[in-house]
Amino acid sequence: MNRRHFMEAGAALGAWLAAGRAWAAWPQGAFEAEEPASVVSQLASGKPEHSDAIHIKAPEIAENGAVVPISVSADLEEVSKISIVVDKNPLPLTSTYELSADAEPYVATRVKMLKTSEVLVLVEAGGKTYANKREVKVTIGGCGG
Amino acid sequence: MSDSMRVRAKEKDGVVTVKSLITHPMETGLRKDDDGKAIPAHFIKEVVATVGGQTVFTANWGTGVAKNPYLSFKYKGAKGDTLKLSWADNDGHTDSIEVTVQ
Repeated sequence: MNRRHFMEAGAALGAWLAAGRAWAAWPQGAFEAEEPASVVSQLASGKPEHSDAIHIKAPEIAENGAVVPISVSADLEEVSKISIVVDKNPLPLTSTYELSADAEPYVATRVKMLKTSEVLVLVEAGGKTYANKREVKVTIGGCGG
Repeated sequence: MSDSMRVRAKEKDGVVTVKSLITHPMETGLRKDDDGKAIPAHFIKEVVATVGGQTVFTANWGTGVAKNPYLSFKYKGAKGDTLKLSWADNDGHTDSIEVTVQ
């Protein structure tokens, strides 16, 4: 294969990746990480700074760990990403959210929790990562089923 | 129309609040069936919200999101806009729905 063919093949592959569902934005390493610290180091650039401007709404006691409502909002400018991490889950990263410039710094969802755990929220704002956390006590775990 | 999704989008003071429910098993891959065989992971990886072709919000999900997922988010928008929400799972299934912002 000469150089030109190689370049063409590369361009074709690039086009295929762009057109196909390549899961480009899905952070595989972070989702597969089994330690919360590893999730954080893969998602955050540098050590996240604690911020009380991140508001986490979650039940103090969740009777059913299979369905734990969590909502997050942040009084921060230029929020581009929100991630919800359940420390004690086998795979701690539950979800990450990418926010456009039009999106408000808010997300609500329902996560699974194996047992009582800190829920860690990472917020990327203006290129920096901020973090806050909150404990949720779980009466009946909801991961193994 | 979509069989798997229910979406409501409501505008107030220039901010659209979206509330959505998706029917999906969200299997972790860690569970076993009655015969002790592992149930393979089957979960939505991505939910994308677009308005007029522009992406306003993207959710990347792992197996830790609860079965029949609920997702709510907010963005600056207007009544009458068409919001499109689509999801894709690790098994190659997809679905999408378009709703008019109320």
